[in-house]
Amino acid sequence: MATINLNGRDVSVDMPDDTPLLWALRDGLNMTGTKFGCGIAMCGACTVHVDGQATRSCVTPLSAVKGKKITTIESVGEAKVGAAVQAAWQKLDVVQCGYCQSGQIMSATALLASNPKPSDADIDAAMSGNVCRCATYVRIRAAIHEAAKTLA
Amino acid sequence: MQMTLPRTDSGPGLNRRTFLKLSAATGGGLLIELTLPGARALAADGAALAPNAFIRIGRDGVVTLVMHKVEMGQGTYTAISQLIAEELEVPLDSVKLEHAPPDPRYADPIIGAQVTGGSTSIRGAWKPMREAGATARMLMIQAAAKKWAVAPSRLTARDGVVMETGGTRRAGYGELVDVAATLPVPATVTLKDPRDFRLVGTPTRRIDARGKVDGSARFGIDVALPGMKIATVAASPVFGGTLAGVDEAAALKVKGVRQVVKLDHAVAVVADHMWAAKQGLAACKPRWNDGAHAKLDSAAIFAHLEKSSAGPGAIAHKAGDAAAAMQSGTRHFEAVYRQPMLAHLTMEPINCTVDVKADGVDVWVGTQVPGIAQAVAAQTAGVKPEQVRIHNHLLGGGFGRRLEVDFIAQAVAIGKQVRGPVKVVWSREEDVQHDMYRPPYLDRIAATVDAKGMPLAWTHRIAGASIMARFFPPAFKDGVDPDAVDGAVELPYAIPAVQVEYQRVEPPAVPTAFWRGVGPTRNGFVVEGFIDELAAAAGQDAVAYRRALIKDARTRHVLDLAAEKSGWGTPLKAAAGTRAGRGVAVMHVFGSYIAQVAEVEVNADNEVRVRRVTCVIDCGFAVNPLSVTAQMEGGIVFGLSAALWGEITLADGRVQQSNFHDARVMRMNEMPHIAVHIVSSAEAPGGVGEPGTSLAIPALANAVFAATGQRIRTLPIAGQLTTA
Repeated sequence: MATINLNGRDVSVDMPDDTPLLWALRDGLNMTGTKFGCGIAMCGACTVHVDGQATRSCVTPLSAVKGKKITTIESVGEAKVGAAVQAAWQKLDVVQCGYCQSGQIMSATALLASNPKPSDADIDAAMSGNVCRCATYVRIRAAIHEAAKTLA
Repeated sequence: MQMTLPRTDSGPGLNRRTFLKLSAATGGGLLIELTLPGARALAADGAALAPNAFIRIGRDGVVTLVMHKVEMGQGTYTAISQLIAEELEVPLDSVKLEHAPPDPRYADPIIGAQVTGGSTSIRGAWKPMREAGATARMLMIQAAAKKWAVAPSRLTARDGVVMETGGTRRAGYGELVDVAATLPVPATVTLKDPRDFRLVGTPTRRIDARGKVDGSARFGIDVALPGMKIATVAASPVFGGTLAGVDEAAALKVKGVRQVVKLDHAVAVVADHMWAAKQGLAACKPRWNDGAHAKLDSAAIFAHLEKSSAGPGAIAHKAGDAAAAMQSGTRHFEAVYRQPMLAHLTMEPINCTVDVKADGVDVWVGTQVPGIAQAVAAQTAGVKPEQVRIHNHLLGGGFGRRLEVDFIAQAVAIGKQVRGPVKVVWSREEDVQHDMYRPPYLDRIAATVDAKGMPLAWTHRIAGASIMARFFPPAFKDGVDPDAVDGAVELPYAIPAVQVEYQRVEPPAVPTAFWRGVGPTRNGFVVEGFIDELAAAAGQDAVAYRRALIKDARTRHVLDLAAEKSGWGTPLKAAAGTRAGRGVAVMHVFGSYIAQVAEVEVNADNEVRVRRVTCVIDCGFAVNPLSVTAQMEGGIVFGLSAALWGEITLADGRVQQSNFHDARVMRMNEMPHIAVHIVSSAEAPGGVGEPGTSLAIPALANAVFAATGQRIRTLPIAGQLTTA
């Protein structure tokens, strides 16, 4: 049994400490907005925030997040930056199949939270760990700039 | 997006009046039944087509469309909703779409199956959906006219409300549906003049975006059911191998593991959650009988292709006497092009949830083919198809992978041994190593040219697997797979003598499937590569050479525009130590005309960076330009990833790649600038899901030639360039 602070609440999940956070979220807590994509931190679909840092939940064991604040796609919109990112995503019609977009939005939000006016190079650095097979990258980049503008 | 069936672009079928039937909907309201022709039906004029799509207008005014096309990112749901809303005169957000259950009623009337693929959805829906919307609008007006005892000509409809011109009476559609359901189908229906469109043809945001940005959208992998277990699988690493044994006790020692399920060719570990299942699978150390293909490798597969394609194939297309004309020219060129196996790598890993009970099977999955899914589940479980309920979901990418049902059969086979619902989830490694692959192909192509370098004769022998012969056997006729030769038989170029042959060569053991862009993507690489070779040999500009040969105005226009927008012919800057070049490709595929110019830079380590892609598409009337642009951007990058790095290889019978670290795909930092230009057109819509992919590959390969002087005849490009 592990207790984690998820989206502002302490929750218990009956899984061993070495369980990756991804599976605790999806299979233990039925929080399915966070997606499984590769299991080896190569695609970014599982990105969540741990104390505000973009983190690949598929390789982050529960033991590593105890006492830390975890934010997932389900609540990222409650804060100003996340809401701006989600709004920009809709305004610029970013999504296609949509499967990777939770992870894209979590990475983008973490970027904008620490860097309110990212350059294209900053976006490359922060977003290249997130694969999108529909290749919505053109619009993701534009939406990050758009969100930065609305937050300024 | 993902498969091609024989089709015409503007066959007589498109002009046939849509069959419509009216009735009162269960629970009140109006039900309109209509037929969405499938790809095959587009050409089948006069066939009696049963309705396969249903529009219900409820007493609440909500318009519900139930149809068999699925949404996998291609934007079909939004575009089809636009078509209905436009003619019905309702706001876009009052149209709701429902996944059709597997039911013969939703089948493509000719294929007999529910299929989303071949860039056909909008082409098929363009006329019927507008006619259905217009008919419903007329019925609403007639219903109001009847109710108010006024002439219909005094009434207009807008935003889901019928209004009296110069009067005060108005009624929402919801108030009129029950009267409308008693009226006869109008004898004639007048569609709007496209100049009056308010919704169709305007950039329209997707209707499915909200759930995809807040995590609430449900894909197949997100299914959760009371008492559900999670299973993960390992199939024999060698194709065709069988399970020899497992250490079941070791697996069961893992906390949370409930059961080990042994199948002939695979083992599944069933657990409370995925982590336990994964650990259990590792612990049980499956042993395999590798079988006949234990030594199979990529070199053997290509050697087999090479040998099998040495002799003549079935004639797919013949114009003039190519053999004789081959002797007539001044110069002769021959080339062999090779294309590797490719994986689909949908972002949503393969998964399927089943609950197998004595009296029936429930299947929760995202599939492009619910009818086939139902049939295979029934067959596997030993029940009747009507005892299988398919609960379809959003697809986290399709690209052809979710036209296949191998994993559904496997899940049902596992589910038969499990009490209660079980969600089978493949690891990414399993997905890469047990995909059904885009088959390897080998093309032998030759031409003879006149003194000016213009082709007099062209022969093209295409050798590779036939997906169609397995997927839709009636389409495989006289030894020719119409998809395998699509993009090679109807060249945009005027060449006096052409012969195209197809030789069916199935790779040993390897399961094969459609892949985004299907036949035209393979043939585009070969045809547009070879025409580029001829242009270079003639010492001519690649655009000018093509232009001189192009037969029709729409193809010429997209080529001209692509040249203009890309700055073709203007000097290219290359950074110190790099070589830069532009390449062009043009095709008429999936009912659309498309040209691309790629601009690349090759560094001293022979790494290729795509700097810019200019894409011009004439897809006829662009129902949703925002979506057309998105499909071009996405399709182009899908092609670039494949051309640069895409390759599944075999050694010792095993796939060598396993995950995104060695099955490389394009990422944000590698993205070119992409400029998409849509040609304004009033013609019937062409497909947009796949042609972007088809053109990106040859445009890139030709750009690499322009930059380096090295002709790319084998894909992928990575690893084959040498420093000048």
